[in-house]
Amino acid sequence: MVTVTTQSGQRRAPKAAKTSSVFKKVVMAVSGIILVLYLIAHMIGNLKAFAGREDFNHYSEWLRTLGNPALPGSTALWIIRLVLLAAVAAHIWAAVSLWRQAKRARPQGYVTKKAVAQSYASRTMRWGGVIIAAFVIWHLLDLTWGAVNSEGHDGTPFDRMLASFQNPLSVAFYAIAVILVGMHLRHGIWSATQTLGQSNRRREVTVNYAATGIATVLTLGFLLTPFSILFGLID
Amino acid sequence: MTMTEDGPRAATAPHEKPGMRLTLRIWRQPDASSRGKMVDYRLDDVSPDMSFLEMLDVLNEQLIMEGQDPVAFDHDCREGICGMCGVMINGRAHGNGMNEGAVQTTTCQLHMRSFKDGDTIDIEPWRATPFPVIKDLAVDRRSFDRIIQAGGYISVATGTAPEAHATPVPKKDADNAFDAATCIGCGACVAACPNASSMLFTAAKVTHLGLLPQGQPERNDRVVNMVSQQDREGFGGCTNIGECSAACPKGISMETISRLNHDLLGALRAGARPKS
Repeated sequence: MVTVTTQSGQRRAPKAAKTSSVFKKVVMAVSGIILVLYLIAHMIGNLKAFAGREDFNHYSEWLRTLGNPALPGSTALWIIRLVLLAAVAAHIWAAVSLWRQAKRARPQGYVTKKAVAQSYASRTMRWGGVIIAAFVIWHLLDLTWGAVNSEGHDGTPFDRMLASFQNPLSVAFYAIAVILVGMHLRHGIWSATQTLGQSNRRREVTVNYAATGIATVLTLGFLLTPFSILFGLID
Repeated sequence: MTMTEDGPRAATAPHEKPGMRLTLRIWRQPDASSRGKMVDYRLDDVSPDMSFLEMLDVLNEQLIMEGQDPVAFDHDCREGICGMCGVMINGRAHGNGMNEGAVQTTTCQLHMRSFKDGDTIDIEPWRATPFPVIKDLAVDRRSFDRIIQAGGYISVATGTAPEAHATPVPKKDADNAFDAATCIGCGACVAACPNASSMLFTAAKVTHLGLLPQGQPERNDRVVNMVSQQDREGFGGCTNIGECSAACPKGISMETISRLNHDLLGALRAGARPKS
């Protein structure tokens, strides 16, 4: 051990536990879990494309009237949207805050640094997250609001989906983003388990297999629809 | 040093052929407030049987003979048990993973047989805001002491040692606590972490004391105060990448981090708050 000293090195004002790095990680983990549950529901919804135009549009109409007649109009959908928006905001806040903390903790980098344990997935969490956020904005402009879609807002959801995924560039962007999401989940699910204190040496292998499994199923599930449209299997 | 009489071993004995010629690129920084830079040094006739620190001793003798300032580096036991030595060697904490076929512990246990004639070796100090460079390769790790002072202890009345069998400890808990207690506080976890986080160090202490009956009375306060102190020192946050555990000379596992998080969440729910 190093020299023991009684001198206090506290330069900054003490912070409450609520702003601790671990608390930020918990915010990250919980908001991440909400988003993963949403992704599972979203993937199942996307696969409705294989049921044909009628079913797909019917499903999208059902989403808007979810909870009727107990809840009026699109209340349920808006509640889901607000929860998702809050989860995304919390996730980004925690990520940016921890990113800045890491930068402050090592302003001068190494001349030579070799990674021994880190995976590609864990290395791309931050910039991957930024790309995913950019994709989500484009994705909403394209398929929800129709602002950058040739079918516009007046077309049916199925028409907008066809218009977008018949364009190879659009499919390429989508595929890159979905693969990044898959990698994000590969590390994120393992990391969330650690952060919530639910991992141990015995469970570690299972948790990592589960993380890879969920990430792979979601990635393939999301890629199936756009590529099927691109190759004319759905029209 | 004893040498075997048989041919092949004797033929490779260090004194029968010239040693390795190495280029060392070492971080030189006169003091904490100056800017540092990498400086090249040539070292001829390095024996493969030297430890890494002995190689630095040879370099320093050469520098002193030439009237130059020797390279400052921390070291003490040179047996891999004190946690005093530690530098980044070719970008790896303690040169971890370079010792072929051997379990490497700390920098002092790395031997020059892990390098080849003509190699260039980059040597840098641990880099983290809470580990400011004192000089060259020596860093100030008192931030670790302050994390310990925040809760890494148990309060007991001193005096006659109690009867050892008075407090039974389950074998599994004793083993796990001891695994965590092997942490020597060298700082390799912080040095290797992409976020410069001290999570593995703090987690080892929280695990070690939290698994034992003696650690229970202060368990909740310990974890909130130690985590609060490591944030206050300016360490980064943990993103569970695993570089720390891979670099740890004592093989402290990632499990300890999960245990710290578990304890912290429990302590916060129980109303424990860090003292300011």
